Formats: sequence, C-alpha cells, structure tokens
Amino acid sequence: MPDSNAPKRQLLDSAGVDCCLDEIADSISKAWPGERLALVGVHRRGVPFAEALAARLITKDHEVELGRIDITQYRDDLKSFTVLPKLVGSDIDFDLDDMVVILCDEVMHTGRTSRAALEELLGFGRPRCVQIAALVDRVGRQLPFAAEYAGIRITLPGHERVNVRFADMDGRDEVFVTSWENKTA
Amino acid sequence: MTPRKDLLDIASLTDEEIEFVLANAGPFKDLFKRTVKKVPTLKGQSVLTLFYEPSTRTRSSFEVAASRLSADVIAFDVESSSVVKGESVLDTVETLESMKVDYIVVRHKQSGTPNLIAQNTRASVINAGDGWHAHPTQALLDAFTLREKLKDLRGARALIVGDIQHSRVARSTSLIFRRLGMNVAYLAPGSMMPRGVPDEIPQFGNWSDALDFRPDVIYLLRVQSERMDEPFFPSAAEYHKNYGLTDARVEIIRERGLWLMHPGPVNRGVEITDRGMSYEKSLINQQVENGIAVRMSVLYWLKPGNAED
Repeated sequence: MPDSNAPKRQLLDSAGVDCCLDEIADSISKAWPGERLALVGVHRRGVPFAEALAARLITKDHEVELGRIDITQYRDDLKSFTVLPKLVGSDIDFDLDDMVVILCDEVMHTGRTSRAALEELLGFGRPRCVQIAALVDRVGRQLPFAAEYAGIRITLPGHERVNVRFADMDGRDEVFVTSWENKTA
Repeated sequence: MTPRKDLLDIASLTDEEIEFVLANAGPFKDLFKRTVKKVPTLKGQSVLTLFYEPSTRTRSSFEVAASRLSADVIAFDVESSSVVKGESVLDTVETLESMKVDYIVVRHKQSGTPNLIAQNTRASVINAGDGWHAHPTQALLDAFTLREKLKDLRGARALIVGDIQHSRVARSTSLIFRRLGMNVAYLAPGSMMPRGVPDEIPQFGNWSDALDFRPDVIYLLRVQSERMDEPFFPSAAEYHKNYGLTDARVEIIRERGLWLMHPGPVNRGVEITDRGMSYEKSLINQQVENGIAVRMSVLYWLKPGNAED
C-alpha cells in the first residue's frame, strides 16, 4: 500500500493519465491507419498500460493483439541480485511474424529495459516493425532507443524516481515523483 | 528468493525454495515453444558436467538446460582424464577451480562426493546423483511433472515400485512428494526394501496389497544391477513376474486411470513391458522434457560464491 507520509510530487492525476492515453492511442492510430496491431506490455505496469491503449485503439477500428514480456532473463545485472525475482514469463499467444508491434513501458528512462524487452520479443518471431510507447519519457538514455509515442517528457535529478499507478492494478490512475528513499510511495 | 550456492539434496531445501524452483520451471518450459529457445541468463558463465558414472539423459538434460541459458558448457570426460591415472576428486576440483568454472554438475558413485566438492570450490555445485544418497533435480522434475497433471499434490498418493534400497531417486522423490503433502508407499522385494523406512510410508510385498493403497500414480524404479554386489532376486523373469508392470497390470492401472512415471533408463521386460511404455497415461516422456525446464530453473536460482557460504 502506498505510504501516505512519503513526500511525493504529482505529475499527472487520473484525468491527466486519461488524456495522455487518449493522445498516445490517437498518435498510434494515425501512424498505422486501419492496421492490425500487437500491443506488448513490459511486465508489470507496462501490461495495464498496453491494455488501456488497446481499449482505445479498438474503438478506432483497429484489430489488436495483446501480449506480455517478462524481461527478467535479459537483465544485464541479474546475477548481482541478492534476491531473485519469481519469473512470470512472457505471453505472446499470437504469430508475431510481420506484425506491427507497439512495445509498451510505463516509464522509459535509460533504455536498458527496452533493450531487454526487444531481445525477448524477437525470440518469438520476426515482426515487421517495433515501436515503443511510454506514458512517461524520462530524459537520461544510456542506450540508443527512443519512444515514438510518449505521454509526457520530463527531466529529473538522479535521486528521484517516477512512479506510475493504474486503476486496475493500484486502485487509481496517477503519475508522481518520489525520491529513491521512498520507493514504497 | 535469496540465491543459494549449491543444490546437494532435497532435505536441505526449504518449502519456499522448492516452490520457487517449481514455479519458475513453468516459464522456462514455455520457452521451448518459441522460435528462439534461448535466453541470456547465464551468458558469459560456464557450466561443467563432471560425471564419474555413466549417464545419458541427466547429463544431456543439464547440457541442454545450460545451453538454453546461454552458458558455455564443458563436458569433462572422466574416462580420458587424469582420473583414470589415479587423480583424486579434490585434485580434479582444484584443477577445475583454476579454470574458473561457475557451475559444476557432478555425479559420483560415492554418496557425499558433491558435498565434498562444494566445500572446496567457489563454483555452484549441483548434485546429479551420488551413490544411494540423493538425486535432487530428478525429484524436482518428478514433482513438477506430476503437478502439471494433478495441480495440487496435497493428499495425492504415490506407489513407488522396485529397487528402493539402491535408489537415490526413491529417496529424493519420495521426500519431495511427502514435503508437498503426498502420501507415499513402497512396493519391493524384501531384499530391496531399505531398513529404517519411516512409519508414515507403508511397505508392501506384492501388487495386490499395494493397489489397496489406492495410488494416483505408479512410480517404477529401474533395477540397478550395477549397484548390487550380488543378485537381489533369482532372475529378471522372476522379478518381472512378481514386481514388474506386466501387461496384465497395465490393464489394471488403465482401468483405475493411474498415472505412470519412471526416471529412466528403463529395462524393458524387467520393470516394464513394451505395452507399459506405450500406456497413454505414462508421463515418462514429459519427465524428460520437464527435466530441462527444472534444471534451467535450478541454474537460474543458484549463484557461485565462497566455498564456506
């Protein structure tokens, strides 16, 4: 449960998140008019993000496939972990070949998650095109990846982290910033 | 889950650790359905298989598992090594330590050898079978395989049949089955029934009585003549008649809808017949496939470290 005492700075409230999702879905639809799309969420909160976009794209007459990517096996720091995560596994139950894939990550920052997700994704097939959607695009890329679709773009000091909450998973839609010391916020 | 350095037996695992390995084996098995059946988990790390006893499926299962995790796999050939010139196990390990391998998968005819090796290397050691003592990855894959069918093992009943005395599989598998809430019984000739079996494990001397235990699964063991100093039964035909899964017994277990397991390799005509091998509820092939996923899960979990850890 969120720590109500932790200092936090809200970037988007529920209406703001809703607005960003609408804009991202609109941009995707304009870039791929009438196209059958695969929306693949990066576990964990990339999944409800992908679902929220899918719901909007369906209303714009797109046929949408939903998938999930678990990047644990692709982390470049895995064996330095003192606690190993339980694997959820990826779930792509459709043929990826020749699909247009939108890789959905709630926050894009260094690009390392995108690198890992892309590597895992390509193990399932050969998509025609892969693009990245992020609700929050945070400046600070360490690898050559870019979010084609982003809700907000921000620059933050290194000691701060972006937290995204989705109603289906967390009870409310919200984006806020905390310091790393307040990870539970 | 905190990583552990070695996997030496089932007895030293916590319930949470068993659950962690079994739960992660599922996502690893899903990998087999993909175009690319490989993940980079152990990229840059080396897994060495050190088998002092013959093995086909366990050794290759570990090698496939390590390869699918992108590890470099080195098969140490004991037959053509200095071991045949009299080098001790620890001298061999010292040599391997200099090669900076990260994981050592060891099988040895003497119980306790993997433990000895683990105490003398920073590499993670996985026991792939030591004497009559333990075969933990077999037990884990057996539990995973049965759980795919029964979902919840609590209250399920397993009848383990055959050479229990000489079987590390019987020891490890019956232990994990019981840890997961199953009831286990043994069926074996008196000469193959170990002493000191816990009271909770009923012991039977014939099939008729054993089937009254109402098992959900029949777990056949291989008759291990290589571990017997002298014959423990008059002949293979005699063993087959009294303790093997004959064609007539296949029909009985079919009528009752029982699952069938065997760790392999099988002695056809001794513990099982051709008809038994083609029984539709046999899980023998699934055990082999699941063995790779479970061993990937074990390699994912273990972490090399200091020998004294």
